Amino acid sequence: MLLLRFLGSTALSLFGYLGELLFLMLESARSLVTTPIRWRLALGQILEVGYRSQLVVIVTGAFTGAVFAAQTYFQFHRLSMDTAVGAVVAVSMFRELGPVLTGLMVAGRVGASMSAEIGTMKVTEQLDALRSLGVHPVDYLVVPRMIAMMISMPMLVAECVGIGIVTGMFVAVHLLGVSQVWYTNYMLRFTALRDLEMALTKGFVFGILIVFVACNEGLKSQEGAVGVGRATTEAVVIGSLAILIVNFFLTMVLNIFFPAG
Amino acid sequence: MAQTVPHSMLAVAGLTKQIDDQQILRGIDLQVASGETLVIIGRSGSGKSVLLKHLIGLMLPTSGEVFIEGRQIVGLKERELLPIRRTVGMMFQGCALFDAMTVEENVAFPLREAGERDPKVIREKVAAALEVVDLTGHEQKLPVNLSGGMKKRVALARVVITRPHCVLYDEPTAGLDPVVSDSINHLIRRLQKRFGVTSIVVTHDMKCAGHVADKVAFLHEGAIYFYGAFADLVCSQDVLIQDFIQGRSGDTD
Ligand SMILES: Nc1ncnc2c1ncn2[C@@H]1O[C@H](COP(=O)(O)OP(=O)(O)OP(=O)(O)O)[C@@H](O)[C@H]1O
Ligand SMILES: [Mg+2]
Repeated sequence: MLLLRFLGSTALSLFGYLGELLFLMLESARSLVTTPIRWRLALGQILEVGYRSQLVVIVTGAFTGAVFAAQTYFQFHRLSMDTAVGAVVAVSMFRELGPVLTGLMVAGRVGASMSAEIGTMKVTEQLDALRSLGVHPVDYLVVPRMIAMMISMPMLVAECVGIGIVTGMFVAVHLLGVSQVWYTNYMLRFTALRDLEMALTKGFVFGILIVFVACNEGLKSQEGAVGVGRATTEAVVIGSLAILIVNFFLTMVLNIFFPAG
Repeated sequence: MAQTVPHSMLAVAGLTKQIDDQQILRGIDLQVASGETLVIIGRSGSGKSVLLKHLIGLMLPTSGEVFIEGRQIVGLKERELLPIRRTVGMMFQGCALFDAMTVEENVAFPLREAGERDPKVIREKVAAALEVVDLTGHEQKLPVNLSGGMKKRVALARVVITRPHCVLYDEPTAGLDPVVSDSINHLIRRLQKRFGVTSIVVTHDMKCAGHVADKVAFLHEGAIYFYGAFADLVCSQDVLIQDFIQGRSGDTD
């Protein structure tokens, strides 16, 4: 009985939360069509989320690609399938590792800073000041960030995947002695444009998830510094979990459109 | 009530606000005629700031009506409220400066939002507004690097730069030295005289109240306890009012 009630209330709050997100998304969509986009702010955000996230994403991609190539080699070597390593690394980087790891890193870095910034504006009445000056906070804060994420995330994912594949190849060919020719040959045979499309689609969706979770947490934060701290934590935790959960469903659905080769 | 509303710039009728268990406003009726300055005084925590936020729809009342230039704003959607709010400026008690922007950008913000694009015009107007509040030379500072009184003055400059029909000041002179306070009192007066600006001034500063008030409302425990001319307030024999004016707390040691 108690368990049922617990499950019930959890489900209710989950639906409530999804409702909040949906509401914010609808408001942003409406803002997109009814009010002029603030491109200057969006460009600033692209610089902030896109440009300045690169180091994190490059390091993530590089070491993931390297370790994944090495581990795959160790397993495949026993089966004398050394040359297949490239194909496995590339497809996994494109389809899962690249988008998910980039999403998680960006959720940590950008989600936290967005929710903290907007949350601080909320508790210091800067959002009220915006509203009092006739500016909708969604127009001014959320939409530019959304646009920046929609543009930056696919690029970051592509960057992560590219670096991962290159370092993977370096490790396999130069450190572990796999034949360069066969490595690239198999890699190119088993990867296709649809893998890239899947990576970019996932990046795009994760970007939207991150930005709305973070902005929603910021916009509703309360109770001073403690509230902003909590908003920041929630933005990262919820954003990361959402990415992992949504990733599963995306994989299932996208596999219909971009079937694995 | 409804018949008299069109003549007034700002009006509230039967305004109540409850947050959780606390009844913050208990049925407030007020009208401010066009070009008039109403001073709202009252003890700390009596609900003055909350009342001001209701006047431009930043907070929604539990019950009651709010009119801006005769237009009912309760029940309007946020996006419908935005253009109405541009005609009413609000200076927040905590200043609420945008901390990511310099003083100059803060003051220019409402101008840009009002559609002014010409950088030269913006620069001139900002310079003039900062001159009025005696902040020339601080344009490039960030709000965190300003003193409390300077923030107040930037907030004031930001409010008045677009010449709204109506300005709500939440404690414009709190924390300012007497000289600057006096110049701000004059500024409020001047805006009223020269541009016919309607103002509501929340203040604890009786000197300020005496200087700018056409009418005074004394808010006590979420209701209007006294409404009338400043002279009548000063002459009032009511203990509560006299204690407030004289600054007596009733403690004897
Ligand atoms: N967002 C809020 N949530 C809950 N209670 C609030 C909120 N805002 C204000 N209050 C409460 O409303 C009451 C009135 O607050 P308000 O800020 O209007 O006082 P005030 O008259 O402006 O005081 P002061 O002169 O110190 O500025 C206080 O008891 C305050 O705790
Ligand atoms: Mg107050």
